[in-house]
Amino acid sequence: MNWFRKIERGLSRNDKRDMPDGLWRKCDGCGEIIYERVIHRNNWTCIKCGYHFMVSAREYISMLADPGSFTEMDSTIRSVDPLNFRDSKKYTDRLKSAMKKTGLSEAVVTGTCDIGEHPACVAVLDFKFMGGSMASAVGEKVARATKAALEQRRFLVIVSSSGGARMQEGILSLMQLAKTSAWLARYADEGLLYISIMTHPTTGGVTASFAMLGDIIIAEPGALVGFAGPRVIEQTINQELPEGFQRSEFLFDHGMVDMVVPRTKMKKTLVDVFDFFGDIEKQVEEKQKPAILKTPPHIEVRADRGANGPASGNRE
Amino acid sequence: MEAWLDFEKPLIDLEKQIRDLESLADAGHPEIGEQVEKLKRIADKKRRETYENLNRWERVQLARHPLRPYSLDYVSMITSGFTELHGDRLFSEDKAIIGGLAVIEGHKVVLLGQQKGRDTKENLSRNFGMCHPEGYRKALRLMKMAAKFGKPLVTLVDTPGAYPGIGAEERGQAGAIARNLLEMSRLPVPILVIIIGEGGSGGALGIGVGDTVIMMEYAIYSVISPEGCAAILWGDRGKAKQAAEALRLTAPDLLQLGVVDGMVPEPTGGAHRDPRAAAESLKKAIVENLDTLARTPIPTLLKRRLEKYSSMGTYIE
Ligand SMILES: [Zn+2]
Repeated sequence: MNWFRKIERGLSRNDKRDMPDGLWRKCDGCGEIIYERVIHRNNWTCIKCGYHFMVSAREYISMLADPGSFTEMDSTIRSVDPLNFRDSKKYTDRLKSAMKKTGLSEAVVTGTCDIGEHPACVAVLDFKFMGGSMASAVGEKVARATKAALEQRRFLVIVSSSGGARMQEGILSLMQLAKTSAWLARYADEGLLYISIMTHPTTGGVTASFAMLGDIIIAEPGALVGFAGPRVIEQTINQELPEGFQRSEFLFDHGMVDMVVPRTKMKKTLVDVFDFFGDIEKQVEEKQKPAILKTPPHIEVRADRGANGPASGNRE
Repeated sequence: MEAWLDFEKPLIDLEKQIRDLESLADAGHPEIGEQVEKLKRIADKKRRETYENLNRWERVQLARHPLRPYSLDYVSMITSGFTELHGDRLFSEDKAIIGGLAVIEGHKVVLLGQQKGRDTKENLSRNFGMCHPEGYRKALRLMKMAAKFGKPLVTLVDTPGAYPGIGAEERGQAGAIARNLLEMSRLPVPILVIIIGEGGSGGALGIGVGDTVIMMEYAIYSVISPEGCAAILWGDRGKAKQAAEALRLTAPDLLQLGVVDGMVPEPTGGAHRDPRAAAESLKKAIVENLDTLARTPIPTLLKRRLEKYSSMGTYIE
């Protein structure tokens, strides 16, 4: 047992959480048995076939954030059981076992960090916590991360993996779609940049809100992304779905995402975009120049009185 | 159309019996009068008992009642003028949602409403009130028109949900709904939302973000259909009744949860028992709320709208 402990000591706490079953893992993509640390070093993708393993929220953050730069926020926000919901199990019991299983307090981890030395706010959903479902606490944390990004003028990155709204919170979970979208609207109004990354699987309420609202939308290869789950669609239309339906590449072909980017290139892709848009301070200065300079002459008059009505100013 | 629900049937039969006896009495049998009065008292009692004690699953049945007034029924009863506008200018015309320029008691508004079909043929073209992305994009086009011309937006929500199909996914169902949520949260005109029948999850919310959100008394609004919830959490669609109870999806539930701001009373037995009375009640609620919203400056409305949605949900920290 000594050799095992030795290796274990060499790994961080987060690593351990993701590798409970030993040191070798079978790839779900190609069936190859691969040394787990090799997969880890390859950002949890298969070195043979490129298959993307599911990773925890903390693991994903460690792949994006500059080392040591991540500060978690709102880590004490937890779900309660507003409807006293019970199916075969009590909702409170489901919450307890999800916390125990993941070591998280909810299905999303949020915080500030640097990404390629650019200040950013990140929110990363964790599928292992009740399917990354959108609870009140999840919506609240995402909204607060957006607000913090807005107030501190940071780039915003949200990494999604979710089965949708959390049924156990009923209508309150649906309202989180509106809450997060409303804050993203305010964030966008400030001329700030939001990148949405969708990983396997991202469906339901999360796609019908923040995941599809990025200025730039990126999907990991082969991820299932859609509004309705494939089973629901099959039952509705009573026919089999075409090969590759609702996968990242399918969305790309239909113009729904900007890029399909493997995890190994994810950070570099973000940094390239952030480099292009420069630091946020510069963007703000740009925005504060008189709007008239940015407005084509033929719509100047309308822009001055607010083309979209009294309150909108020249937002568009 | 014969389409009575199980718990309606005894009442409907009783009412018919009373009408028959009444015409008999009118035809020269005054001795029946006493019997008629007695039956009426029984009917009243039964009616009260039935509708005061509806369980949530029965309310779901009322919200989906095949005779329940739909958006266009209300439009014809509450507006003094309606010019329907069509198409999303991108792909097609989605008949699962109607939109246009409406005048309601002097209020000029842009009105949107999800539209179910009354029979099989109409449901084919209306898709049972389930929108495709182009429906949400038509809605957004008309919302922007409302904003451009400073007209309030009134939306009538009545959908089982956004359509889950191949074309809908190909054309970005999720993104279309998401875009509407974002734009409605900052649309610089008053928005009044009324759930008139079924509020089916994201498909309902896609036209359902507003300054004031109210519900008809027997409407429902839920994150998932009771059947869908039962299938996932109980592994059995047949447990829809339990799921309906657990989901807390009735108008009184949503009032209590702070998700809706008001409830529009319906005639006893539901809107379909007296559509004119239901429409009057709806019209009154619309006019009152539009009056209130019209008095509020737009920046205040937008600030409150953000606060309203920011405060939704329950958690501890
Ligand atoms: Zn592989």
